[in-house]
Amino acid sequence: MIKEVYITETNCITPIGFDVSANVENIGKEVSGIQLHDNPKLLNTSFYASIINDADLDLAFAKVTLANNYSRLEKMMILALEPVIKKSKVVQNERTAFVLSTTKGNVTALENENIEPAYLHKLAKTIADFFEFKTEPIVVSNACVSGVLAVSVAKRLIQSEMYDNIFIVAGDEVSKFVLSGFNSFQAMSDSPCKPYSINRNGVTLGEAVAAVLVSSYKENAKVKIIGDGSINDANHISGPSRTGEGLYRSIQSALAEAKINNDQIAYISAHGTATPFNDEMEAIALNRLGMENVPINSLKGFYGHTLGASGLLETVIGIQSMIESKLFVSLGFDVIGVSQPINIIKKNEDKDIQYFLKTASGFGGCNTAVVFEKVI
Amino acid sequence: MTANKTYIQSFCTIQNNQISLNGDVVFSMEPSAFADFSKKAYQHFEISYPKFFKMDNLSKLAFLGAELLLKSESDSSTENNTALLLANKSSSLDTDVKYQNSIVDPEDYYPSPAVFVYTLPNICLGEISIRHQLKSENSFFIFADYNPVFMEKYSNILLETQKADKVLCGWVEYYNEDYKAFLYLVDKKGILEHNHEQLKKLYNQ
Repeated sequence: MIKEVYITETNCITPIGFDVSANVENIGKEVSGIQLHDNPKLLNTSFYASIINDADLDLAFAKVTLANNYSRLEKMMILALEPVIKKSKVVQNERTAFVLSTTKGNVTALENENIEPAYLHKLAKTIADFFEFKTEPIVVSNACVSGVLAVSVAKRLIQSEMYDNIFIVAGDEVSKFVLSGFNSFQAMSDSPCKPYSINRNGVTLGEAVAAVLVSSYKENAKVKIIGDGSINDANHISGPSRTGEGLYRSIQSALAEAKINNDQIAYISAHGTATPFNDEMEAIALNRLGMENVPINSLKGFYGHTLGASGLLETVIGIQSMIESKLFVSLGFDVIGVSQPINIIKKNEDKDIQYFLKTASGFGGCNTAVVFEKVI
Repeated sequence: MTANKTYIQSFCTIQNNQISLNGDVVFSMEPSAFADFSKKAYQHFEISYPKFFKMDNLSKLAFLGAELLLKSESDSSTENNTALLLANKSSSLDTDVKYQNSIVDPEDYYPSPAVFVYTLPNICLGEISIRHQLKSENSFFIFADYNPVFMEKYSNILLETQKADKVLCGWVEYYNEDYKAFLYLVDKKGILEHNHEQLKKLYNQ
């Protein structure tokens, strides 16, 4: 018998709240973290982004520790993980693991020609040492699927009986590095991003950290993780497959493992970056799967694209949707702008959700899908 | 979960201007820069894949290793479900530094999408997937050091849960001309037993 795996604690640090309830309250009120920024130190033109206020961050961090030798991202990660660890009462031993998901970590250290802090394993060690983990940190760095892939990895490691509890923290920061990069791709939206809309023209970047506890113990379980898949398009390194092949197969793999049919999924928390190609690809993959009528949203309209954090952040909010039996609006959507029909959530509404699907896709042709079941 | 035995079908090491396959040296040259070494290796193995020259060094390193191990695999016209599982220490830091240099000076600001895309370590998985048409499970991990215990466990999970039929695993580390690749193909059948002691031994050979 294969072990059952649960998510038992969640938290997130975002521009619209420093815990899950504040985030959900703001989502309910359609408050977005995206604002216009004019900061030449980040980008030589004004840009939209969802950025955490430094003073708020420092104030919240000072309540956790007086230590001040941490980078901005490290502070966000410690803040996100601290209540999760505290509430869980999990003992730090060789059966407790730590997974860190990020794409760029402390890449801002390179601005000062400081190489050492930019190593992702060093970032993981810093966070692990703060919480006195006894096992070596596992860093997942798989572009924009990293956050949800980390959930899949944790589930698999627990099923293999390597660990009983795995804490995940997923985070990325808005930096000159990523802003200039997405800008060089001409992939940045000149207005707050509009996933799946006719007038969408690119991503809005954001920063956030999410944290969860993945556990083999059912006590306090919020959801059960029942299937997952992470399959590559084998098509292009900087654009998705036109047919959505990898996403299609990832969802198929996750549903097959979950042993449920596509019509049992009540809600899809999709990737929806608002680039023309990504959103179109998702619509095609979902139609190929016969899932075009399942209510779907992208949370990028609230948070922007938070890169390595996004998959876990959106999972955390999706779990809350399930617990509160609420579908949240896909903010920024106006008129459908993909060639195949999908059922975009246009306003907050009540709905019982027994199963939900989280998906993500990213550079390198990667895709991940994870299916969650409500725990009664 | 049942613990069926798994096997190392073949393995490949690339370091110090030398490439060995299953323990035998198949290519070596006098000390030179990685760019030159990788180009000479590409020519030596008569690889015909012009995209190779657009890749960053980490992708070139992983690509060359995969090329030797998957050569016979990709002849088959049937789809093969070989997962990719790679890890390293320096992520894409070599290209990160190169990219950072292109944005540091406002007077000499030249960010390039062709460089930026390689500032993610999993791009090398994408390159291998495209080359060998592997629509399969793939993941990239970072550790402070080569971690055979984790690699053994995770590749066995992929096989036991039938997410993959085979797994191309390995360590692909590249930073500032300092490099080492150790890649191997794990299968459910074979002769050489797949376990972390064996992986440690082969890595250090």
